[in-house]
This record gives sequence, structure tokens and C-alpha cells, in this order.
Amino acid sequence: MDFIRQVLVITRKDLRAELRTKEAINASLAFALVILVLFSFAFDPTADQTREMSGGLLWIVFAFAGTLVLNRSFARELPNDCLDALVAAPISGGALFLGKALANFVLVMAVELVSLPVFGIFYNVHWTSRFWSLLLVLALGTWGLTVIGTIFSALTVNIRLRELMAPLLVYPMLIPALMSAMQLSMDLIAGKPLGGENEIWLRLLVAFDVIFTALSLLLLETVLVG
Amino acid sequence: MREKIIYGLGILAAVLLARNLYSIFMQLPDEASQGMIYRIIFFHVPAAITAMLCAAVAGIASVSFLVTKNFKYDAVAVAVTEVGLAFLAANLVTGSIWGRIIWGIWWTWDARLTSALVCWLLYAGYLMLRQAIEEPTARARIGAVFNIFAFTDVPIVFFSIKWWRTQHPQPVFWGGGSIDPAMYWTAALNLLALILLAVVLTLIRLRQEEVQREIDSLRRYAHAV
Amino acid sequence: MTAVAAEGVWKFFGDYPALRDVKLGAEQGACLALIGRNGAGKTTLLRIIGGFSKAARGQVRILGCDPRETETRRRVGWIGHGISVYDELSAFENLSLFGRLYNLPNPRKTAMEWLERTGLERAKDGLVREFSRGMRQRLAVARAFLHQPSVLLLDEPFTALDDRAIAVLQRLLQDALVAGRTVVMSTHQLREALELATHVALLNRGKIAFHGERTPEMVADPGWVYAHYGEG
Repeated sequence: MDFIRQVLVITRKDLRAELRTKEAINASLAFALVILVLFSFAFDPTADQTREMSGGLLWIVFAFAGTLVLNRSFARELPNDCLDALVAAPISGGALFLGKALANFVLVMAVELVSLPVFGIFYNVHWTSRFWSLLLVLALGTWGLTVIGTIFSALTVNIRLRELMAPLLVYPMLIPALMSAMQLSMDLIAGKPLGGENEIWLRLLVAFDVIFTALSLLLLETVLVG
Repeated sequence: MREKIIYGLGILAAVLLARNLYSIFMQLPDEASQGMIYRIIFFHVPAAITAMLCAAVAGIASVSFLVTKNFKYDAVAVAVTEVGLAFLAANLVTGSIWGRIIWGIWWTWDARLTSALVCWLLYAGYLMLRQAIEEPTARARIGAVFNIFAFTDVPIVFFSIKWWRTQHPQPVFWGGGSIDPAMYWTAALNLLALILLAVVLTLIRLRQEEVQREIDSLRRYAHAV
Repeated sequence: MTAVAAEGVWKFFGDYPALRDVKLGAEQGACLALIGRNGAGKTTLLRIIGGFSKAARGQVRILGCDPRETETRRRVGWIGHGISVYDELSAFENLSLFGRLYNLPNPRKTAMEWLERTGLERAKDGLVREFSRGMRQRLAVARAFLHQPSVLLLDEPFTALDDRAIAVLQRLLQDALVAGRTVVMSTHQLREALELATHVALLNRGKIAFHGERTPEMVADPGWVYAHYGEG
């Protein structure tokens, strides 16, 4: 129970700090909207084509916009050497990771939940037919994105050119998760249910989440301290 | 002593390669449907396998480094990854050439090629990450953690992309497809040759890494004094 | 029991030995001043003792245990080069946060107490980024002392402090020492540190050149240790 309490202390701290400045979340939201607009020039958003592409489009928006939030995750601990205080505090690496990942998850989900209706409006796509399943896929995909983004934020925290480096490292690693989320989202937006043909993608997504969450929980301490 | 091993293995690899090239070009007949170009498979497939072996060695070396903190494992990890990347690039290029001749296109997003490309990006990221960290201990540690993540992702990438699309010809050497024993044997020998080559290149790179570390430390000494 | 003990500590940056076979100790209730020129390795050593990085060889023990153990971390207070408090949070929020991280029974009450002890109670709801330098430093001190640590590790704590902050810190350190706590501080400010110190250690290019009790000569002439044990 101590573990959970500590996780929540970190989560609250990150959320409070972010919501006070709103720097990352504003940038992320703006970026998401801009990409949606840009895509409308790149692809002609007539109904059929867009529905086919929608899953892919959406997750590109989420991944790019999400990275803005995720990169800041450990970078926000650098001013004033706050990272030292966190490392010195009697919390486990796992709790620190989970706390930050949860806060990031909340922030990225918020951006996604705002982008989704905007996407529906801009591209005239009806995405609510399988609402709860879509929400589940959103959550699972976002968790995968968050886990990798958070641990890589820690990996690159002390590197110069951190802002450039993290995205280049994160995206290739995310490809299986993004692929699954795209496939599932496309099916769900088209009205198909979960299960059957796309069940394999659901399982892949869950496996991805579980494996990399476990790996990150184990390795955060090593990344920060050695 | 190490020099002798490098030379010895190098000569062995060269001899084996020469023998294989002779066999590939002179002795084996053209394949039924593909003609001349099929011979590229004797490099294409072994290169992929060699690259995979390199990735495995890098993964083990990374874990070993984190456990023992011994820098020689870090040197192995970076050396073998660089060599593996080269072989993977060879795999991609030979695959592309083959595809151009047979299918008329330079690139196709089929499962195998895409997976290979993604893995190439992953490990290229590893090298890029290392380059961005100046302090050797941190570089080794961060690199090792990233390598573990990358290696964990490799099988996931392969499976997911395989389920995504399949245009690649069915595996010629494993599962389905009948193959002339002479070709099988040549391919296996070429795999051995490429592995030997990989070992030689890794050892050379390893030596270079160690010398670089010595130079770095001497430089720090000089600054301190 | 020895509060802080480093034995045979080596630290390499690549192949370069930043710390060479360092042996250091501080008994409970002692105040050890770790002095040395820039680049001697004071911060490196202190960070290893604090558990921020690992020694390549050798052992570090705080209160008999590994510095990274949770119980040990609970009893160590750290002041590094930065103030380690969040600019976007208020002084009170910062201290409550650390109170909760350190599992204090009543974090908010303790936070208030320490704001008062460091003279920050009137600014308790102000965001740290609006604070003056001296206020930020006093908050950093509050953060380090908040959880009543048995061992305090301070990396050049007097550097760039204003007079009020120096006075607050000195008073708090004296109180801590009287209460039997242990202090290890690295410093350039020989005078302030030597006033408080019971023991002195000189680090020279990664090696301990002197480790012993503070003598009256040292207080009278802060450069005494360098003159007798330093190089050039």
C-alpha cells in the first residue's frame, strides 16, 4: 500500500505542476490540431477514404502530440536539480516510474479525448459506434506510448539534444503497439466489434504493454543511478 | 595473441568466401524460375541470420554489463551492434536488388523487409544514443538499458509485422519449398563464412574501442594534471 | 556506530580514476568537513555516499547499511548544488510533497513548522519561482532538514548563500550536531565550515591526503591543511 501511496504522490505532483503552467499540454493539444489540419491537405478527406485511414491517422496524431508531453516527463525534474531530491527520497524506482507514467497517461489521454471529437468533425467521421471498445483501445495504446515515452525520457534526461533524441528512439520501438492500435481503431471506427480477426492485435497490444511496463519498472533505478 | 586470432579467422573467412563464391557462380545451376539472380539469396539470408546473432550477442553483453559493470561487455555490445547493422544493411540492400529484378520494384512493405528496416532503425538509434553521451560510464549504462529494450522489441516487431502483411516468398530454407541439397549446403557454408567475417570485424572494432577508452582516460589525466 | 563509512572507494569516468582508494569515516555526532581543490573529487565522493551514483570498487555504508536502501534514504538529508525544490509549486506545497515522500505522519503540519523555522512562513503560498535567491536557499535547507535526518550530506552548502541563509544554516547544523546527528559537508568556504567541523578530510586528485580531527591551528588558519598536506 505504501507503494501505491508513493505512486500517487508523484502522480499528483506531476499533474499539479503541469496544470499550473500548462506548457506541455497546450503545446501538445495545439500540435494535435495542427496535424489534423495538415492531414486534411495531404489527404482528401472524403468519407470512405478517411474511414479507412482513420485509425492510422489518429494514432500518428496521438503519437506525435503525445511525445511533447512525454519528453518533458523527466526533463521537468532538471531545473533546480529536483531529480536529485527524487532519487534521494525513499521511494522505489518502480514507484517513481509508475507515478510519472500515470500522470503522463492522464495528460496524453486528455489530449486524445479532445482530439477525437475534433477529428470526427473535421473529417466527418462517425467514431462513436463502438465507443467503449474504442476507449479501451485508446487506453491500451496510450499506455504503451506512455510507458516507452516515460522510460526514454529518463534515459535521455542528461543528454544534450534530448528533445531531438527521444522521438527518434521512441517511434521505432513503438511500431508494434502503434500498429495494433491503428488496426483496432480502424476496425472499431468502421463499426466492427473487437474479437475474431482483430483479437490478435488486442493481444499483441496487451502483451506489449505488460512486457514493457515490467521492463521499465525493473530498470528505472538502473537508468537513474546505475 | 589476439592479433593472431584475428588474422587466422580472417584468412579462414576469406578462403571460405572464395570457395563459396566459386561454388555459387561456377558450380550451381540456375534456378528454375528465377534465373541468375537467385544466387543473391546465398548472401541475403545468411546476412540476416548473422545480424540476428549479432543482436543476440549485443543483448547478452548489455545484460552482462549491467550485472558486472565490466566495460569489456560494453565494448562488445557496441562493436557487435555496429557489425550487425552492417550485415542487416547488406540484407536490406540485397533484398531490394532481388526484389527489383524479380518483382520490378525497389522496395515493398512486406513483413520481412519492414521488420528488418525497423530493427535497423532501432539499433541505429542505439548507436546515435551512445554518440550523444560523452561520459563513458553513463554511456555504457544507458546504452545497455536501451539495448535491452531494443532486443525485447525485436521479436515483437517481427511477429506484429508478419501478421500485418505477407508478400515475402515463403521461406526457402525452412518450412515449405524443396531445395537442392547442394544449394542448402552452399548456403550453410556461406552462413559460416559470414559469421566468421562478423567475428573478425567485431574483434577489430573491439580493439579499436579499447584503444579509444585508453586515449580518453589519458586525455582526462592530462587535463587533471 | 560509524554513521558514514567509505572503504576502498574507486570511481572511474571511463578509464580515468576520479576517486582512488578513498577511505573516509564519520562517527555519529561528528561534523566532517571535506575540503579540496576544484576537481579533487569532493562532489563525486559525496554523490557516491549519498547513493546518487555507484562506486566502481569499494563500499559505502550509511548507518551500517547501503545508501540506496529505503530505510537509509529515509534518514539522510541532502543539499546539492541545486535547491531541489519545484519552481511551479508553492513553498508549502513543496515541503508537504517531500513530507509525504518521506512518509511523515503529519506532512502539512511539519511543513508549516519548517517554514517558520526558516523564516518563510509569510511566503508559504508563494510560488518558488518568484522567490528571491536567499528565500530559495532557505527553502532548500528546510527541505533537507524536514524529515529529521540522522545524517546530513551537504555539497558546498555555504557557496552563494546570503548572510541570512548562512545564519539559518549554521544554526540548524549546530542544533543537529547537538542532537547527535552527523554532518558531512564538502566545502570551499573553509572558515564557516571549520567553525562547525569536528573532523577534516582533504581530498587531493581523488585521494585522501589527510583525515583527522579539527585542530585549533586549522580554525586559526584555514589554509593550514592545504599547506601541510596539499600539493602545491
